[in-house]
Amino acid sequence: MIQDKDRKREVIVKRVAKELKDGDLVNLGIGMPTLVANYIPEGVDILLQSENGFVGLGPTPKPGEEDKDIVNAGAQPASHVTGAAYFDSGMSFAIIRGGHLDVTVLGALQVDQQGNLANWMIPGKMVPGMGGAMDLVVGAKKVIVAMEHTAKGEPKILKQCTLPLTAAGQVDMIVTEMGVLNVTPKGLVLTEIAPETELGEVIAMTEAEIIVADDLKVMEV
Amino acid sequence: MNKTKSIDQALEYIKDGMTIAVGGFLGVGTPEKLIDAVIAKGVKDITLICNDTAFPDKGVGKWVVNKNVSKVIVSHIGTNPETGRQMNSKELIVDLVPQGTLAERVRAAGAGLGGVLTPTGIGTVIEEGKQKINVDGKDYLLELPLKADVALIKGSIVDKKGNIYYNKSTRNFNTLMATAAETVIVEAEKLVEIGEIDPSDVMTPSIFVNVIVE
Repeated sequence: MIQDKDRKREVIVKRVAKELKDGDLVNLGIGMPTLVANYIPEGVDILLQSENGFVGLGPTPKPGEEDKDIVNAGAQPASHVTGAAYFDSGMSFAIIRGGHLDVTVLGALQVDQQGNLANWMIPGKMVPGMGGAMDLVVGAKKVIVAMEHTAKGEPKILKQCTLPLTAAGQVDMIVTEMGVLNVTPKGLVLTEIAPETELGEVIAMTEAEIIVADDLKVMEV
Repeated sequence: MNKTKSIDQALEYIKDGMTIAVGGFLGVGTPEKLIDAVIAKGVKDITLICNDTAFPDKGVGKWVVNKNVSKVIVSHIGTNPETGRQMNSKELIVDLVPQGTLAERVRAAGAGLGGVLTPTGIGTVIEEGKQKINVDGKDYLLELPLKADVALIKGSIVDKKGNIYYNKSTRNFNTLMATAAETVIVEAEKLVEIGEIDPSDVMTPSIFVNVIVE
C-alpha cells in the first residue's frame, strides 16, 4: 500500500478529479478536497461553488494581488473566473439544497456502509460546527468523501458511525489512497483498488463489510 | 428623513441583553467600526446571530474575546478558539445551526413566514426536539424564524437613503440580516448621494435601513 503522505493525497485527489464531468457545478470542501481543482482533466469545464456566495471560484491570487472582498469559504484570499456570479447566503444554499449542485467533495472523520457521514464534531474534544456541510451532503446530487483510509492506523470506514452524523445515508462514493468504494443498496462495493495495494490490506484496514466488485479495476491515477 | 448618524448616535439603539444579527462570513462583510464601538461601549449579554464567530481579532470574534456575548447562534466556531474555550467552561451558550438552515431561518423572519421545512439535519442531532413533517413521502424539519432586535450590516456602497450595494463575496448574510431586525444599522464603506447607485444594482432596498454610519 501507499505509505508516503504526499503520494496518498495525490492519488486521492487525482482520482476524485476524474469523477467530474464537463459542465458540472462542484463544491470542494476545505483541506484536501480543495486540491482536486488542480487535477481537472483536459477538456472538462467545471464551475466551482464557494458557499460564502459565488459560483466561479478561481485560483488563489498571487501575493500582492489579493482582493479583500474575495475570499473562499475558508476565508482565504480567492479569485473568480470570467463568467462568475456572486450572491447571498440564501441563494448559495438554495443552489446547494435545491438540487442544483452536481458534486460535493468533503473529508470525513468517519463514514459507514449505509452511507452515513460524520465530519463535524468529536464530543468533548473538537466542536468546530457543521458550517455548510450538512446542507451540502443532503443537497448535492453526488457526495464524494475524499480522505485517507485510516486515522493513525485505525479504520475510518465503519459498519456504523459512532460520532454524531453530518447526514444519514447521503454518501455515494468514498475515494481513499487504497481504493474506490461505492455505497449501494447491497452495501459497500470496492470497484477500484489503488496501485501498489493488496486486496487483503484494504479489507484489513476497513471495519465495514466490503463487497468486492466482480470487475475490480486498478485505480487510474 | 436623515438616516445618516454618528457611530455614537447609532449605538443608542444597542442595549444590554439584545439579540443582534451581524452580517459577514468569517469577518468578510462585517461592519468592523460598529463591532469595535459595541466593545468600547461595554454592551453585555448580547445574543449574537451570525454565520460564525470569525477570528479572535476579527469581526464578531472580538465580541467573544471581550465577553460582550452570552449566547451565539452560528454555524461554525472552529476559527475562534476562544468560542470553544468559553463553551467548554460554560461561560457562553453556543447554538450550532447548519448554515443553510440559519440563512432560511433569518429569511423566514424577514419574510413573515412561520418557519421553513428543510431536509438538512434529518437523522442527526439537529432534529432533536423539532417537529418532523412529511411532504410527498419525504421528511423535513420545521425550522423556526430567527429575528433580531438590531442588525449590523456592512455595505460596500450605500446611498444617503439607505440603498445598499455589496461588493463580491461581502454580501453573504448581510441581505438576509437586513430584513430580520427591528432596527437595521448599516456601516458604509463608501457613502454616496441618492441616485448614485443604479436602482437595478441595489441589493438591499433602503426601506430596510434605519441608520447609516460611515
